[in-house]
Amino acid sequence: MISDLCKKMLSKSLWLFHTNCGACNGCDIEVIDVLTPYYDVERFGMKLVGSPRHADALVITGSVSRQVAPALKRLYEATPDPKVVIAVGTCAVGGNIWFDTYNILGGADKVVPVTVYIPGCPPRPEAIIYGAALALGMVPKKVKPQREQHVPRGFDLDAYIARWQDTPVVTR
Amino acid sequence: MFKAKLKEAIICFGAGRVTLKYPFEPSPVPPKFRGKIEFDARKCIACGGCANVCPPRCIVIEDMGEVAKITFNLDRCIQCARCYEVCPEKAIWPTDEFETATPDKSDLTSEMIVWMSSCQRCGRCFETDNAIDKFESKRWRGRGPGEANKHGIFPVKPPIDFTLPGSLVREPEGEQVQ
Repeated sequence: MISDLCKKMLSKSLWLFHTNCGACNGCDIEVIDVLTPYYDVERFGMKLVGSPRHADALVITGSVSRQVAPALKRLYEATPDPKVVIAVGTCAVGGNIWFDTYNILGGADKVVPVTVYIPGCPPRPEAIIYGAALALGMVPKKVKPQREQHVPRGFDLDAYIARWQDTPVVTR
Repeated sequence: MFKAKLKEAIICFGAGRVTLKYPFEPSPVPPKFRGKIEFDARKCIACGGCANVCPPRCIVIEDMGEVAKITFNLDRCIQCARCYEVCPEKAIWPTDEFETATPDKSDLTSEMIVWMSSCQRCGRCFETDNAIDKFESKRWRGRGPGEANKHGIFPVKPPIDFTLPGSLVREPEGEQVQ
């Protein structure tokens, strides 16, 4: 019973370790911004710590470059279990405009398993608070992929592609 | 001095609460906020203007005869709204949605299938044959599924060596080899 009570009481106090893996400092400022009295995530028990060994969550900003990838892997291993990895910003989610550059891996999920992705360039401080709450399971997920098509009735895309690939290319 | 302190205290008490009540109350976005993009397949003509100006190349078009499939890789969308500015039909626009955090990366990939108009004379869609014309749309427009943006500038990235040069643990001095 005491362990259940402890889980309930202590589960929401998330200590963050902030890692810059080649960010432009934009997302870093937004992460610091949620700690200011205006947004004040310390009322939820979240605070920045100076060592990954004290942390519950890794906050990764920046498109992970080849140079920093081994250090990030080491950092992930230094964080005690159970741990949460939060990728903040479009760079850490998908690589931003450097997604196919030679020295960028294109996202933090290429190196470490990521729990929650927070896209945005940079994301709003509210979006970061929402992402942290989502990582703790306090709020439901809102985003869903948008799939639209404007085609004739009874249209089957796979059948059409198969038929289209058999037709020869007409060139002038 | 006491008067000044009292004045300060009155000012501090009068300041009120500054902390935003965000998670319990919705936080309205400022005007002209650019959030997650949305689109309308009924308005789109698949001209490729949005894909041409997209800085992270997150809009990719695949032409398949009379059908154009447009993929939006929103995991690398920087929400610059350039697509909204150049779209002649205003078929794509930024919304106020900023709570786009997700544990699953596939939630950030949207797609749209557009039926193209065909030529009244020859009865088929116009397709660029010229290599120079195709070069302009390289990396964002391709003929067939998976052809557009198949590879970047550097197609194959070399594997990463995760071993660090040298150990961080200092070895005991007695075991050093002379």
